[in-house]
Amino acid sequence: MPDDLQPGVLDQITWDVAVVGGGNAALCAAITAREAGAHVVLLEASPRSFRGGNSRHTRNLRAMHDRPDGVLVEAYGEDEYWDDLLRVTGGQTDEHMARMTIRASAGAPAWMAARGVAFQPSLSGTLSLGRTNAFFLGGGKALVNAYFATAERLGVQILYDTEVTAVALNAGLVRELTLVSRGFPVTLRARAVVVASGGFQANTSWMRESWGEAADNFIIRGTPFAKGTVLRDLLAQDVAQVGDPTQCHAVAIDARAPKYDGGIVTRLDCVPFSIVVDCHGQRFYDEGEDVWPKRYAIWGRLVAQRPDQIAYAIIDAKADPLFMPSVFPAIRAGTIRELAEKLGLDPATLEATVAGFNAAVVPGSFDGARLDGCQTEGLEPPKTHWARTIDTPPFSGYPLRPGITFTYLGVKVSEQAQVLMNDGRPVANLWASGEIMAGNILGRGYLAGFGMTIGTVFGRIAGEQAARYARN
Amino acid sequence: MHETDAAILTEANRVMEICNACRYCEGYCAVFPAMTLHRSFAEADLNHLANLCHNCKACYYACQYAPPHPFGVNVPQAFALLRDETYRRYAWPAPLARLFERNGTVVSLVTALVVTAVLLLTAGLTAPGTLVHAAVGARAFYRVIPWAVMAGVATLALGYAVLAMTIGAVRYWRQCGSAQVTTAAILRGVHDAFTLRNLGGGGQGCNDKDESFSTTRRLLHHAMAYGFLACFAATCTAAFAADILGWPAPYPWFSLPVILGTLGGLGLLVGTSGLFGLKLVTDPTPLARRLLGGDIALLVLLWLTAASGMLALGWRQTSAMPLLLAIHLGPQESPHFP
Ligand SMILES: Cc1cc2nc3c(=O)[nH]c(=O)nc-3n(C[C@H](O)[C@H](O)[C@H](O)COP(=O)(O)OP(=O)(O)OC[C@H]3O[C@@H](n4cnc5c(N)ncnc54)[C@H](O)[C@@H]3O)c2cc1C
Ligand code: SF4
Ligand code: SF4
Repeated sequence: MPDDLQPGVLDQITWDVAVVGGGNAALCAAITAREAGAHVVLLEASPRSFRGGNSRHTRNLRAMHDRPDGVLVEAYGEDEYWDDLLRVTGGQTDEHMARMTIRASAGAPAWMAARGVAFQPSLSGTLSLGRTNAFFLGGGKALVNAYFATAERLGVQILYDTEVTAVALNAGLVRELTLVSRGFPVTLRARAVVVASGGFQANTSWMRESWGEAADNFIIRGTPFAKGTVLRDLLAQDVAQVGDPTQCHAVAIDARAPKYDGGIVTRLDCVPFSIVVDCHGQRFYDEGEDVWPKRYAIWGRLVAQRPDQIAYAIIDAKADPLFMPSVFPAIRAGTIRELAEKLGLDPATLEATVAGFNAAVVPGSFDGARLDGCQTEGLEPPKTHWARTIDTPPFSGYPLRPGITFTYLGVKVSEQAQVLMNDGRPVANLWASGEIMAGNILGRGYLAGFGMTIGTVFGRIAGEQAARYARN
Repeated sequence: MHETDAAILTEANRVMEICNACRYCEGYCAVFPAMTLHRSFAEADLNHLANLCHNCKACYYACQYAPPHPFGVNVPQAFALLRDETYRRYAWPAPLARLFERNGTVVSLVTALVVTAVLLLTAGLTAPGTLVHAAVGARAFYRVIPWAVMAGVATLALGYAVLAMTIGAVRYWRQCGSAQVTTAAILRGVHDAFTLRNLGGGGQGCNDKDESFSTTRRLLHHAMAYGFLACFAATCTAAFAADILGWPAPYPWFSLPVILGTLGGLGLLVGTSGLFGLKLVTDPTPLARRLLGGDIALLVLLWLTAASGMLALGWRQTSAMPLLLAIHLGPQESPHFP
């Protein structure tokens, strides 16, 4: 196989398996299919330097284990895992498929390690996940690098700067793929196809269909290449849909983050120790409702619903050391009035909001590590935990915007990862894995590390099925 | 502090603040666990972190913010520049330390000068023709370079090196403000330094030339460092034999100084050649380009010393010995930087 296939040559080859995407789900599928003997081409829209989609921003994967296993301590059994999933999704999941995924996750770390992924004990600041999640040494980019190296060594043909623009479906079969490879149009033939091209969060006009103008102010935490081109094309061809286009995992992040690819460092963990006001200087939600990992994912939506999709977390010096450092410096001032000016808020209103809050705080014994019951009285909305007066300068403010992690809308698949049509019949030679099908199991909410689990489990299934089909 | 120093510090600080909000590289080396102890970084903290870095580059290839990402995080590069600055700042004596700024050129120049000086000195102090005549038998070496000159210059150079390094270390130690250091921590540090544990990249090796992992650089560095130590041991045993026991050089093939010297010389040759080769093939992006000259000069110097030593040993019965010995001793008397 030539090392670097020029677009002109691509038209003349019929591949066994074409994998669309270059993140975790795509790589797991490509490696598995190649190991099963198939000739595999992997089509990645991004240039090499930004390969790996959202997967390069991840840090861990949730894996079931009945006894301590490598970096995973104690035990995390099927039922507990399932209960956790049931709780976060509020029932919007498929028990059979979810349990199958959970059971398959037990073998994932060993499979990954055999393909070059290295693990480490949980990161400082995330000790709550040490039992349930296996952390990647060096994070998701190191994982993606390891997989690309393995795929290359095995002989998977990798094409960067290659975007699939259409999947030609006809009578229940994918006939060919239309791509733009390094600027040139190509028609590519493959006996079997795996789509693993992620969500559509980076497609502003599609996001606007559900969110209106507000979508323009969203920050996309991960890859700018998740535009949902393939997803949209499939849904337009009578492929069955799961999930709802307004559902997405959205957290409140620092408003100064870049539009795309800001990744993990733009998160702000100060909310529970702050008061959060909107652009009119008014509070709008209980900042101390629950411990932060649990509340993390509601704040994106809350901020998205405020005017101009912006909010400000305000703390005083007492709260400074209580949360993980964030990437952008706090906006600091000696008085609330001065802070308001720096943040572009009306000084009198902010002073009034802070004074009203301080007056409502009931004395208690503060404990940042648990639900401490330090609360306000007679304030609307209340702050039910970690309420302490904001009175010790310097005061700090952080601007917040909705940060979109990924969307939930996807294609419906069978347990064998095969893509289903609206009439319930499978497309004979099309499989899906990762974010593009995660909605089958994760209809709502989020469980840390579950995105990578879904991509790994279904990627392996899809790769195996596609290779078997192509080689028969 | 002039302007570039400030820029180097500012960049190291910016990078560390991004890393501290991320921490994905925590498992790679000692830098990151030390980093998480801070919320903000004083100059001394940054100097310390930079000197913990072994330039294995693992955190560069694993970084989702590495260039061309707009954040452009490049920890090994930022730290290499800052480390270089700390060498200059804490090295002693200060005027010489400032020369390190253009150290590649300086080291090469000084070496060349010293080699020439030793040669001239040799020619001047010995009987005419010694340099080109075979010198054999007991005290043969000393007929080329008189014992007093050899021992005197060696002692001076060693004394100077020990003094300079001690003063440099003490200055660095002071600025770190490390008051509460335990013996256990020191032992762990020494152990890590001797095993190059942090060049293991958390177990899988380092990124010696690109995204792939290997332990080549670690092994080559071991060969070089232990080769150097073996040569030093050879010199010490030889000095002991000559000065205390009164057995003049040259020594037989299977004597301790010659065995140590041979093994050490081989280690140095393999290590320095390999490290030089790696520099040629490695991906230049995570490197600090302007330090390359100094690195290469040091490798060349060590290589020359080892190669000429080995040759002088191999040809010690021939007419080439005097010249080789002079060349061999030349680079050793030049001031190595830390
Ligand atoms: C900051 C951040 C942190 C996260 N942390 C975690 C975590 O710790 N654990 C966890 O489980 N999950 C985490 N997630 C979620 C996780 O990233 C996803 O669930 C997972 O990576 C999805 O993998 P994927 O392969 O389906 O999609 P992606 O990794 O996004 O890959 C999609 C790929 O498809 C390519 N592509 C898109 N369209 C096309 C096209 N038309 N043609 C060709 N290629 C195309 C893209 O370039 C990309 O390479 C995190 C997400 C973010 C943003
Ligand atoms: S080098 Fe990059 S990935 Fe590693 S800790 Fe720093 S910012 Fe994070
Ligand atoms: S280059 Fe290697 S030693 Fe230096 S900070 Fe990065 S991981 Fe640590």
